[in-house]
Amino acid sequence: MLRLPKFELCTPTTVAEAVALLAESPDAMIVAGGTDLVPNMKHELFTPSRVVSLAQVRELRGICRNADGSLAIGAMTSLAEVAASELVRAQAPALAQACSLVAGPQLRTMGTLGGNVLLDTRCQWYNQTYFWREALGFCMKKDGEVCHVVKGGKNCVAAASNDSAPPLMTLGATLEFASPRGRRAIAIDDFWVADGIFNKKVERDEVLVSIQVPKAPAGHRGAYGKLRDRGSIDFPLLGVAVRLDLDAQGAVEHADVVVTALAAQPKRITKLDAILRGQRPGTPEFEAAVAEAAALAHKQCKPLPNIPGDADYRRDMVPVYVKRTLLAASRGEGPVHHV
Amino acid sequence: MSARDLHGPGAPWGPHEPGSKANVDFKVVGRAHAKVDGLAKATGAAVYADDIVLPGMLHAKTLRSPHAHAKIRRIDVSKARALKGVHAVITGDAMPMKYGVIPWTPDENALAVDKVRFIGDPVAAVAAIDEDTANAALKLIEVEYELLHAFFDPHESLVRAEPAIHEGRKEGNISKSVQLEFGAVETALAGADVVVEDDYFFHGSTHAPIEPHCAVATYSPEGVLTLWSATQITHYVHRALARVLELPAHRIRVIQPCLGGAFGGKSDPFSLEFCVAKLAMLTGRAVKMLWTREEVFYAHRGRHPMYLHYRSGATKDGKLTGVDAKILIDGGSYSSFGLVTTYYSGQLLTGPYHFPTYRFDSTRVFTNKPPCGPKRGHGSVQPRFAFEVQLDQLAEKLALDPIEIRRRNFQGDFTRTVNGQRVTSNGFLQCLDEVERASGWKARRGKLGPGRGLGVAGSMYISGTNYPVYPNDMPQAGVQLKVDRSGLVTVFTGGNDIGQGSNSMCAYIVAEELGIPLERIRVVAADTDLCPVDLGAYSSRVTFMVGNATIDACRKLREKLVAAVAEKWQCAPSRVRLIEGLVIDLDDTSRSLTSVEAFHLAETKFDTLGSTGSYNTPKLGGDYRGGTIGASPAYSFTAHVVDASVDTETGRITVHDVWIAHDCGRALNPMIVAGQMEGSAYMGLAEALYEEHDVNRFGLHRGPSLLDYRLPTSLDTPEFRALIVESIDPEGPYGAKEAGEGPLHPCLPALSNAIYDAVGIRLKHLPFTPAKVLAALRAKQESAPLAAQGGKR
Repeated sequence: MLRLPKFELCTPTTVAEAVALLAESPDAMIVAGGTDLVPNMKHELFTPSRVVSLAQVRELRGICRNADGSLAIGAMTSLAEVAASELVRAQAPALAQACSLVAGPQLRTMGTLGGNVLLDTRCQWYNQTYFWREALGFCMKKDGEVCHVVKGGKNCVAAASNDSAPPLMTLGATLEFASPRGRRAIAIDDFWVADGIFNKKVERDEVLVSIQVPKAPAGHRGAYGKLRDRGSIDFPLLGVAVRLDLDAQGAVEHADVVVTALAAQPKRITKLDAILRGQRPGTPEFEAAVAEAAALAHKQCKPLPNIPGDADYRRDMVPVYVKRTLLAASRGEGPVHHV
Repeated sequence: MSARDLHGPGAPWGPHEPGSKANVDFKVVGRAHAKVDGLAKATGAAVYADDIVLPGMLHAKTLRSPHAHAKIRRIDVSKARALKGVHAVITGDAMPMKYGVIPWTPDENALAVDKVRFIGDPVAAVAAIDEDTANAALKLIEVEYELLHAFFDPHESLVRAEPAIHEGRKEGNISKSVQLEFGAVETALAGADVVVEDDYFFHGSTHAPIEPHCAVATYSPEGVLTLWSATQITHYVHRALARVLELPAHRIRVIQPCLGGAFGGKSDPFSLEFCVAKLAMLTGRAVKMLWTREEVFYAHRGRHPMYLHYRSGATKDGKLTGVDAKILIDGGSYSSFGLVTTYYSGQLLTGPYHFPTYRFDSTRVFTNKPPCGPKRGHGSVQPRFAFEVQLDQLAEKLALDPIEIRRRNFQGDFTRTVNGQRVTSNGFLQCLDEVERASGWKARRGKLGPGRGLGVAGSMYISGTNYPVYPNDMPQAGVQLKVDRSGLVTVFTGGNDIGQGSNSMCAYIVAEELGIPLERIRVVAADTDLCPVDLGAYSSRVTFMVGNATIDACRKLREKLVAAVAEKWQCAPSRVRLIEGLVIDLDDTSRSLTSVEAFHLAETKFDTLGSTGSYNTPKLGGDYRGGTIGASPAYSFTAHVVDASVDTETGRITVHDVWIAHDCGRALNPMIVAGQMEGSAYMGLAEALYEEHDVNRFGLHRGPSLLDYRLPTSLDTPEFRALIVESIDPEGPYGAKEAGEGPLHPCLPALSNAIYDAVGIRLKHLPFTPAKVLAALRAKQESAPLAAQGGKR
């Protein structure tokens, strides 16, 4: 078995305490469910001297509806709980579906929504043991200078691989952080940067407290599609979140599609709303618009061979999964997954 | 005289006719029983190698080569040795003697001497007070390498001899080459009504047992080395340790603890076994080494990638006239079992169909990748895949039903193959009947709707081989029985239970033969100090050979028991029957003794009570060089029908059902046989659809972890329907043959054939990834209008 490097483990019970512990130690890291950090530490991708566990911080757990109808999901709420929550399933179906497809049952029980939002980017040249990476000569994301995905590449293109990010983007979610400087909120749309080395606008000393999901209109439909090799365990080879808001007459009032696992940050398919707006699901016109939207998504997505698997195939699957996920959302179904 | 006749006195139930399905009046055999170690495994009480903790035990770790091919210029271990907590550091010079599981090809060192041959090749080992200290010491070892050109493409190794991966060989980078021809193939193909010629590719895959390799060694003040190791061949590890450590074998004891899966991946002697032994000798402390999952991927010995070219001819009525094969085998960096693999790639194809003529030309080359070796269905799964797809192509050309063409070419039972192998019982036709019936082949084929189809394939496999890896005429399997006055019978067997249930099998046989309950039998296995030699768990030999040896030992013991009771009762021995914990007089049922009383009588009359039994194969094999490799005392036969569909938008294959009919001779425990059949089919589908063991452009393993090496989960696994066929082999124990490897073979070609039936694409290059399927579907679509034009012309 790979050994976990030695570190000091702190188990605060309040957010304030966690923030203080984090501030004390310049290389401290947070562990939530540990499903991302622990293997990464075993691979010596991170070697923090202090790890601050949020497991005992009660205020970070749970899902509740705010007075304005929006949802507040504690960052430490397990993915399994989010997936099973009646509130989330009703108000944010794409998010519930995405959480139900993260990894496998054991990992969803340990893994948290906050941890998934903050998941480190992934790459076949990076998520390997120290021995393996040393034999390679390392890569620019950790310990090295070059990128092996694109020969002569100057940017890290490790892939955003969090299933929860695309649905949260379609839902217009906000992330709330605590730090020694107080609290701040940032729209998840503004949270990402196109850098695989670190694709998030978050400071080392900030603790993600909650994810706020605004109240969706009555005609809201959402779905998530996930491409992966196996029916469980695997990270996405492609993730597609869809939002369709239907008006009182059942026509599309607003459409949004965000894809992930292709590049360093999740990607919104642009100009898609115009194609789908006004169409009524179930009509041939809607189906034609879906096909057009799928073709548009294909044009906008050009994945690189960053994560394992055939990059051309992942690109081929963009229109297929966009189409299927749009259709699933329009019917109030989903997730789109091969098993 | 058949080997079976060599057993002691006959079975109490009298002789059975070969081919007879009657269960005679077995009390234990043929019924489902728990495995003897089932509860221990289910409750976590079973002791695996890594569970062993000894006082003062040190932990060892291996430094591995970061280069695919390099000379070692210099190694400096002084800083590692100086680290607090480090007890010993060894490098290749500590054990310069080369070894190899096949005695003709010793090309491995416990730790690299002078050069490294793949990324992950072991270079040095450290023993320290704990794993972290050992790992820290590894980082202090300085190694200076001189890089050499590395070979990743076997085609290059075929034509380029320099730099040689193994120096001093006149064949350059060719590991083994075999050309054999039986009959005039060219003439036969020239005279065929139809010939199909095509190329196939079988990729690499690995065993991925749940338990990683682990070994623990102690060295006593008297100079006795004891090694506990997760091995499937205790005897060869014993021999290899003696050779490499240059110790007399009688001072070495090898014990296999409970094993967490092997599938062929624990057949070779491995670096860690020598290292812990040497480190224990140097330090005088117990030493353990547990490999990481990544290290297991580097140690590998899995399925050889093969480039296969086949040409087969048939008459108008579908009878094969000749088969011609040319195979390039990617062996990776060491020989391992490669000599056998190269022969097996040709020798094991000559059933269940009659080949009037046959030729194969197989060449195994070295590359700078983790070494390949035996994985479930060693050497024969790859050619079987190619040939069974080609047989479907022939059937298509001849407009024959794929099951029908297989029936028409059936070789028959009690026959001889074109390459001189003796075939005894052969239930292949029944296997075809069973899968045809159970799958609803006639009613459902062609009527499953778009994108869904059925495919069939057949195969045969050995139940052990008469070729012991080192030449000798001693028994291949030995068993010893010891009777305690409490009524307990202890079975000592060198056989390795690797989860296939061989210890349970021994217990069932003893219970049957001596008429005692299973709970009064204990099995002590795979301990070279205590158990008679058995050649180990490979080539599907254990049930056949150890089973026969157990029967032999039981009958000798039974003779004494019967004689003692007959004397007491003053009756003919034929009236004495051992049954269900009792000894009864068949003619006077009022008279009976308990088994324990009978044991006491026999011990009083004779001596300390026990017996030995053994099995050796009869003389087998073709009369030519290599003719005994693949010669088995009995062959198992299998047929599969696979029901699969294709999502034509994504290229993803879904397997709905697999019907597996397997002729195992007789199912000694049908529950375990069915488990082996399902497990085999699972492993076959896993290779076909998910798993890929390969290196990237740097020679680095693509993903040496259970995240990146995609073992199918329960969600990815279809229904398996095990259909047991019993041909009752005249030489197997109660007629039994193997069931652990044969049932894997037809899975891959049957899937390929099902996909052809479903969507009209021939998948000839494994694995069948969605990307490949999609590409094939597109190619078909693009060529469809052209083909239509061609048809018009």
